[in-house]
Amino acid sequence: MRKLLPFMKKYMRYAILCPILMVLEVIADIAIPYLMSLIVDVGIANRDINYVIKIGSIMIFAALLGMTFGIISSYYGATAGFGFSAEIRKTVFKKVQSYSFSNLDKFSVSSLITRLTNDCNMLGQVAMMSLRMAVRAPFMMIFALIMALSINAPLASVFMIAIPVTVVLLGIIMVKARPIFIKMQSRVDRVNAIIQENLIGIRVVKSFNRQTHEENRFKERNDSLRDTALKAISTIMFLFPVLTIVTYATIIAVLWFGGKQVVSGSMGSGELVSFITYITQILMSLMMLSFFFMQLLRGSASAARIVEVLETDSEILEDVNPVTEIKNGSVSFNNVSFAYPLSAEKALKNINLEIKPGETIGIIGSTGSSKSTLVQLIPRLYDASEGSVSVGGVNVKKYNIKTLRDKVAFVLQKNVLFSGTIRENMKWGNENATDEQIINALKQSQAWEFVSKYNDTLDYKVEQGGDNFSGGQKQRLTIARALIKSPKIIILDDSTSAVDITTDAKIQRTFKEELEDITTIIIAQRISSIQHSDRILVMNEGEIVSIGSHEELMINSPIYNEIYESQQKGVVG
Amino acid sequence: MKGNEMKGPKQLKPQDTKKTLLRLFSYFKFNKILLISGILFIILSSVAEIGINAMLSPVIDTLVGDFNSNRFIMYLAIMGILVLAIALSQYIGNLFMAKLAQKTVHKIREEMFSHMEKLPVSYFDKHSHGELMSTFTNDVDMLNQSLEQSVSQVLISIVTVVGTFAMMLILSPIMTIAVAVMLALMLLVVKNIGQKSSKNFRNQQTAIAGMNGYIEEMMSGQKVVKVFNYEDRAIESFNEKNEELRKASTQASTFGVMLMPIMGNLSFVKYAVISMLGAYLVMKSRFSIGNLASFLQYTRTISRPITQVSNQLNTLFAALAGAERIFKVLDEKIEVDNGDVTLVNELKDLHWRVPTTGGKFELVPLKGDITFKDVDFGYAPDKQVLKKVNLYAKPGQKIAFVGSTGAGKTTITNLINRFYEINDGSILYDGIDIKRINKFDLRSTMSIVLQDVHLFEGTVADNIRYGRLEATDEEVKAAAKLANAHYFIKHLPEGYNTILTADGQNLSQGERQLLSIARAAVADPTILILDEATSSVDTRTEKLISEGMDKLMSGRTTFVIAHRLSTVRDSNAIMVLEQGEIIERGDHDELMNQKGRYYSLNAGVVELE
Repeated sequence: MRKLLPFMKKYMRYAILCPILMVLEVIADIAIPYLMSLIVDVGIANRDINYVIKIGSIMIFAALLGMTFGIISSYYGATAGFGFSAEIRKTVFKKVQSYSFSNLDKFSVSSLITRLTNDCNMLGQVAMMSLRMAVRAPFMMIFALIMALSINAPLASVFMIAIPVTVVLLGIIMVKARPIFIKMQSRVDRVNAIIQENLIGIRVVKSFNRQTHEENRFKERNDSLRDTALKAISTIMFLFPVLTIVTYATIIAVLWFGGKQVVSGSMGSGELVSFITYITQILMSLMMLSFFFMQLLRGSASAARIVEVLETDSEILEDVNPVTEIKNGSVSFNNVSFAYPLSAEKALKNINLEIKPGETIGIIGSTGSSKSTLVQLIPRLYDASEGSVSVGGVNVKKYNIKTLRDKVAFVLQKNVLFSGTIRENMKWGNENATDEQIINALKQSQAWEFVSKYNDTLDYKVEQGGDNFSGGQKQRLTIARALIKSPKIIILDDSTSAVDITTDAKIQRTFKEELEDITTIIIAQRISSIQHSDRILVMNEGEIVSIGSHEELMINSPIYNEIYESQQKGVVG
Repeated sequence: MKGNEMKGPKQLKPQDTKKTLLRLFSYFKFNKILLISGILFIILSSVAEIGINAMLSPVIDTLVGDFNSNRFIMYLAIMGILVLAIALSQYIGNLFMAKLAQKTVHKIREEMFSHMEKLPVSYFDKHSHGELMSTFTNDVDMLNQSLEQSVSQVLISIVTVVGTFAMMLILSPIMTIAVAVMLALMLLVVKNIGQKSSKNFRNQQTAIAGMNGYIEEMMSGQKVVKVFNYEDRAIESFNEKNEELRKASTQASTFGVMLMPIMGNLSFVKYAVISMLGAYLVMKSRFSIGNLASFLQYTRTISRPITQVSNQLNTLFAALAGAERIFKVLDEKIEVDNGDVTLVNELKDLHWRVPTTGGKFELVPLKGDITFKDVDFGYAPDKQVLKKVNLYAKPGQKIAFVGSTGAGKTTITNLINRFYEINDGSILYDGIDIKRINKFDLRSTMSIVLQDVHLFEGTVADNIRYGRLEATDEEVKAAAKLANAHYFIKHLPEGYNTILTADGQNLSQGERQLLSIARAAVADPTILILDEATSSVDTRTEKLISEGMDKLMSGRTTFVIAHRLSTVRDSNAIMVLEQGEIIERGDHDELMNQKGRYYSLNAGVVELE
């Protein structure tokens, strides 16, 4: 939690003023019962109406003052709390933007979402609560104690018993409740998991008639959640009666001992009444403190998750004097080996490869043969563990990362479109792209064929994730988006798998005929997607086992032949 | 998910409060004893609390006047008993209400889940998972909280306000009127702030929804962001939204939090006014000091519930709006199933039992004969997907569907098991209209192997057994062998007992495919619906999968969305689909001779070669 304190800096003024004003409010609030005792013991006892009015007016004034302080303080508290969470969110988001692919692999998408939404909100809430409660409660308690002491010091000794007893009892209840609440959370997760599972797999459930089976599975989990929740509740519910007993027991004790003093005349009855008010205030502030600690507990888990994000650094570092121009689209791998972080096994072993500018390279091989890994080293999505990768004759590590990635277009296997119009999505490739350029790219990727059919063409709305397009359409759009960058090298990582054969062939032809200057690297499962490449790499278990044209490989690569054979029974569409 | 309807902020205020409340109350019916005794105990505790405050006045009066030690002790003893009564009834009352809340929510969750299982597949096309999940989790949670706290708090508040007023009236009608006037003023303030606050609250929800949507989208596409150097632009628009959210939240929260000091201090003002008035009356000897002490205590007690209820109001409304969303899900129409034709085991074979007039019935043997007659279908009324489709499959035949994405291949297979209802025409199963067949029995004769394999949390064996729950271990193993899955399962750390994590993420795509074939095999269906996988599987596994599928298909009526030439070639009939219409049909040789669309699809490959 402490590591996050610097984020308060921008709102420090509010963070300091909030508790100060709060303390002023508390002072005003504390003074009121005392003033009231004066009305009873002095004003009424002496039958002095002017005195009563005077003290009464002071009381009203104090209350209005308290209210003003309270309002400003709550505004400052909210400003500081939400400012704090906004600052954290901003920093976390910025941090994630700087993440490398391996950082992103480490955190899953959903965990990053949770951190940016729930965790940040939680911290803001905790900050606001802390500013209000953590300051208010102890001050309230201290002032009330001082007042009680000043009214009647011997009588105030009841607190020496009441306070420790309350603290211990509240402590016991919280210690007992905590593990049950943690258990309850895991029960909640189990229930949510099965709901999620059924939402995704509803077709399977239905086609196998497993509704009753699933309902029974759900029932078991739902029941155990209810049982644990009931257990948690029956524990935490002790809080209120315990507090009630302690408070009233103290009041009765004060009446007993104080009563005698009133009878003997050493204490005013008004003093006794205000003393009782202070008892309630002191014990209430203890309860507030215990709530605050519970909040803090919940917040600390969020804080830990945020700090984890902030303390993870990208290992892809830019050169101090980066090269900002790429001469040509040649690529070379010199003795490159690569292992994913936390993995002992090498995903790539001693790769040596020269690709000439404008060449078309196909890559084929079974899953797990590291085809994607190989090409991801080119735009520095990952850095080679050993050896070097060069683009345009210069080691990729020497380039300005922005330049490198601008000129090396990469169409990811798992690709997404973003909500907005088609035009907005295409402009990801180039902010200043004209409609003409966009349409040209769409034509090249065979996407214009369907985009032109929409009434609003480029203004056609894309839904989140591009869910309103079919898989093939999405792939064609993402290829267009990459082409708009006018790159020197383009990498298609299994990017036409959902495109039908005829369209795929058209796309391949475009790359070969219209975009001959661009170095093209195509990873594919289908031989038909790559067989016209200048050279084809056959990969197996992290190594390039053969290189050559389709005809050459047909003669001398057994693996290539095996793949070809299996696909001859091949694809129809 | 298609058509995310709920992009905007959620409904915050309930549409029809009364209806929703009544429906909620109907859930309490099952727990009448809990509800009634809970309410009784809560009332008891608040009455006892009023009582204990009422005791203060005689106690202090004994001290001031002629001191009577015995009476003093007696009063204190009564107070002691009252304290115990409060504590006990508070505990029991709160506990009962919490139990009631838990049980109600438990029941609602159960109903929702079992309702969800019965909803038609089309419902899940129209509503996103996120939306349903949020109703299941956030809305139910909110309801639970409100039931647990708000109900009893409102109860306590009512009792306290009424009881305290009564006691005040007894003590002094004049001062009670003064208190009432002050309270009315306070309520006015609360109402004003409440209105401001709920408006700001709405703004905040809009900002949150916008922010969360943006975060979700960006995080999902983070790798794309990197590849396109989009980081700076992303940060820029994020910061804008973040600032918007900060302002909205600060405003919403300020008004909410402000209520506390305002109400607290206004009640002090009230306290001061009352004490001045009280002091005046005491001096005029129309009031005792002890009574004043009690009365002042009452003035404090009476403002607390009002502050609390006003604080709860936003939560309460949000909870009711959530309850409305829950009930909306529960009111969704479930799959219609009025089929009177059932499957019976007669003469050692399965037969359809078709009721005829006069309580008689006719037995039709289950064979697996499917006929489509002029079938029209569209997912939405205005978008027709299938037009006048006619086809038949004789028992044991293999029918392949070929065509580009979106041509309607998957749609046809979704109609056979009645995932969707056709708009026009009819589908006959062994000569019986499938609308007449009981859905459970209809589906029990079919298995689907989908391209997107979905597995469930549990062991590998559990997942295979999903096809037929009563299958023995031997049968499970036999199915795995048939599907070519046995080999990889044997090499898993715990073999058939290996636990699969959420959706089988610890298996490769190909392994999951093999498992889903085994799952279909163990079901031993009459009709098989296959969606062949396209890519993302290496050649060796691909071979295993196609072998497994071939073995599974033999002897069953099979509908297959084909991607492999071998599958297509030896099919009894191939349907070439384009834009929802069968444009060519026949076996491989016939279609090649026609030199139509099928021929050119193949020629596409030929030309590339």
